[in-house]
Amino acid sequence: MPILEVSNISKSFSDGYAVEGVSMTADSGEIVGLLGPSGCGKTTLLRLVAGLEHPDSGSISFDGVPLNGLAPKDRGFGLMFQDLALFPHMDVVGNVSFGLRMQKLPKPEVRARVDELLALVDLAGYGHRKMHELSGGERQRVALARSLAPEPKLLMFDEPFGSLDRGLRESLQMEVRAILKKIGMTSIYVTHDRDEAFAMSDSIVIMDKGAVVQAGTAQELFKSPKSELVARSLGLKNVMMGTVSAIGEIATPIGVLHVGGAELSIAVGSRVLVLIDDRKISVADVAGAGSPPDGAFTGVVEGVNFHGGESDLMARIAEGMIACSIRPEDAGSQFGAGDEVYVTIPANAVRLVPFGG
Amino acid sequence: MTARRLIIVGPLAYLAIFFLYPLGAIFERSFEGSRTDLGPVTEVLVAAAVPLIAYLFAHRKSPEKTPIQTLSTAWFLAPVVATAIVLLVLRIGVISVDPFNKLLGDSYYLGRIWFTIWQATVSTMLTVAIGLPVAYLFAKHDFPGKSVLKAVSTVPFIMPTIVVAMGFIALLGPQGLVNSALMDVFGLDTPPTRITNTLLIIFLAHAFYNYSIVVRIVSTFWANLNPRLEESAAMLGAGRFNTFRYVTLPLLLPAIVSSAVLAFAFAFTSFGVVLVLGGSQFATLEVATYELTAKLFRLELAGALAIIQMVFTYAFLLIYTRFQAGAAVRVDLVPHEVTSKGRRSASRTLFLIAIIMGVLAMLSPLWALFERALSSGGGYSFTHFTSLFSNESGSYFYRSPITTIWNSVRFATATMVISLVVGTIVAYFLARPRHRGAGVLDALFMLPLGVSAVIMGFGFLIAFNKDPLDLRASWLILVIAHTLIAYPFVIRSLLPALRGMPVQLQEAAAVLGASPVKTFFHIDLPILSRALLVGATFAFAVSMGEFGASLLLVRPEFTTMPIAIFRLLSQPGAANIGQALAMSSILMVIVAMGFVGIERFRYKDMGGF
Repeated sequence: MPILEVSNISKSFSDGYAVEGVSMTADSGEIVGLLGPSGCGKTTLLRLVAGLEHPDSGSISFDGVPLNGLAPKDRGFGLMFQDLALFPHMDVVGNVSFGLRMQKLPKPEVRARVDELLALVDLAGYGHRKMHELSGGERQRVALARSLAPEPKLLMFDEPFGSLDRGLRESLQMEVRAILKKIGMTSIYVTHDRDEAFAMSDSIVIMDKGAVVQAGTAQELFKSPKSELVARSLGLKNVMMGTVSAIGEIATPIGVLHVGGAELSIAVGSRVLVLIDDRKISVADVAGAGSPPDGAFTGVVEGVNFHGGESDLMARIAEGMIACSIRPEDAGSQFGAGDEVYVTIPANAVRLVPFGG
Repeated sequence: MTARRLIIVGPLAYLAIFFLYPLGAIFERSFEGSRTDLGPVTEVLVAAAVPLIAYLFAHRKSPEKTPIQTLSTAWFLAPVVATAIVLLVLRIGVISVDPFNKLLGDSYYLGRIWFTIWQATVSTMLTVAIGLPVAYLFAKHDFPGKSVLKAVSTVPFIMPTIVVAMGFIALLGPQGLVNSALMDVFGLDTPPTRITNTLLIIFLAHAFYNYSIVVRIVSTFWANLNPRLEESAAMLGAGRFNTFRYVTLPLLLPAIVSSAVLAFAFAFTSFGVVLVLGGSQFATLEVATYELTAKLFRLELAGALAIIQMVFTYAFLLIYTRFQAGAAVRVDLVPHEVTSKGRRSASRTLFLIAIIMGVLAMLSPLWALFERALSSGGGYSFTHFTSLFSNESGSYFYRSPITTIWNSVRFATATMVISLVVGTIVAYFLARPRHRGAGVLDALFMLPLGVSAVIMGFGFLIAFNKDPLDLRASWLILVIAHTLIAYPFVIRSLLPALRGMPVQLQEAAAVLGASPVKTFFHIDLPILSRALLVGATFAFAVSMGEFGASLLLVRPEFTTMPIAIFRLLSQPGAANIGQALAMSSILMVIVAMGFVGIERFRYKDMGGF
């Protein structure tokens, strides 16, 4: 039973639509990730839910109560901005207690709640620091404590860790998720980073060009991405369109692929999204291999990216490109651009998703 | 390298001869005499020194030092050291504090000090009250014609004081636009309102003159204030009022205070407006100094009064720099594009229109000036302008308007050239922060900003009256006085441009085989041209409108436009007022033309002060 319901909401700015006909829901205690490239309208959606922007059409309701026309301060939501927007003229206590003071809570109660929150975000004893005396990570914690203090019914995050370096970001993500889960906070988390979205969220809404393209849990999305864009948003490297040309045969830009198992049941002539697991592809040097392996494609290496243990090799085959993950121990891992290679794609590396649209 | 550093000697010598020496002469004149009782002066000095020293020690704790802090420390050390030296010398009995005792024991002069402070306070409150809504308009709203309106709102500040005073006479004087309109409508024989020679008109004129300082400083700051801060407050449950009270206002406070301090300093040292509009019963310290010098010839008292005023002025400048420094470190600012958005609703639109009308209404004294200058008898004509050319009363002071305008223009041109040379050299030196002592030098070269025009004129009068520097008969004395007022503006407009210019450009030119001179003309000059133009126009306008120093130093043959206007005004008769209005209109047009140029070429948003 969703507690937040956004239905068919639109908001245009003078330079065009920012959000058009968007619907989404969040269950109580759920962390929903809004994933999409910058400019896709995810921040606008957040600001609409917060009440900082007014929708042109559509409605938002929380716990069955419509929010249209309600001022941000009366919605009882929290929002952590990308730049945090900590009040520079107040110390840590001043920032964290701001929302409580606005509720005119008695002083001892404010004091107790601030101490409790500072302990929760691991900042006990930092109460009288000024904002410019804090490190990046400490500021994030102050912002989190400030957002949590008035006990919002819904907490929203607008890429709050974007400015941090990778290591700090990852540890904060885990910490923040643990805190949110501990207090059962319903949250919306906006990000353009898929790893962050997966790490933080229970379910993910993928947005593009002001519209929702697909929503679901990470497992659901991985299992059946609706479009090439969704598949690429999820980080899949080999995504291409294909047509079932015969039972067990798919025509794709790189040539005819052979599939087996469940994929055999798809009707001939269907358009399908072809997903190829880059780790199951094997690559061999034409010069060293002698005769081509059975069913191999012949391609030309476009480039190789070395990172850590594995390397990504990009090869051009016919009209398409394919990415292959190769391990250092693989024979002939010293490929260079321009090398001719045999690329073998086993049937179990190929997954087909019927293309509805 | 050494040669480059030596070039600063020129401006330093200029400053020493033409600023520090006259300043010394004022001190010498006010402290000379026989040994006397110390009287109230000692008490005042000791009372002032204790908090100053305490403040200095508190200030010393701050570990990192911005140039502004160095600046304020330098400004701060000066009075403390001076106090110590003066107290020591007083004990030995080398100098006399007679004039100070006389002033501080005389209820008239104590009254002048008190009056100067409270009229400046009221003027400042009015100035801020008018300036803040306009600052809000410019900071938070985009609308068609905004840049034009912004330029228009600055017009009063750049107008010569004498033109502002004449504008208020034209609008609110006995024969002013308001009174004659009321007389026409209600068939009255006498002017129904009499607010010339009242405090109200002084307050109004000061607010008119200074509100754009508040607008400029506060709106720039407000426009760059991160709007997420206010939105965060809203998300945390703060309504509009609480958001403004607990978030926006505290963040704007440094900007408001520093602009208020500037407005206060201008109102405190106001001369032309008070002299012309107030009459003798409303003399400020500045007017009292002028009267002691030019009418009563009590030079030692004038010097003492000038020194008292300078102490106040430097205290304000100190507060100003402190708040500016505070404003810089505390607030996170974001580019303006992020913050401005055109929100539309009926009540908002009405409010905007009201403020825009208000800005245009602020210009009414200048419209009135034109209208009155062109109206004679029942209709409109150029009578007042043509009558400028005839010397009906056969006055000794009569100069053809052509001569007067020519005097003003050539003095202003000379002022501009000298200010540009001095200002450019100093700015180049200060722009390279690795030069040791740049902070102190910056403060030193800004010192003339804190000395009022009348005091400058007075200092020149008593310093350059004997060989080898007897300048009394030369027009140079006027030009030099004007340059001291003008060159700080040149430095201030050049510095941001210079600091923003990458050193690599000059190095690249040098590597490509350009000599330093060629580099200056081919690289520096084109990049700096806009900032130079701004500085040049400011210097020109300052000289065109300069009144206080000129009034003390001018000889009849070197009469400038503001002086001519004042002389016309001090003679009785409607014809003289008409001519003063006509001359003011011409001056206004010349200055306004220069500033149309400034607004077009202004270097980003560094403002004019």
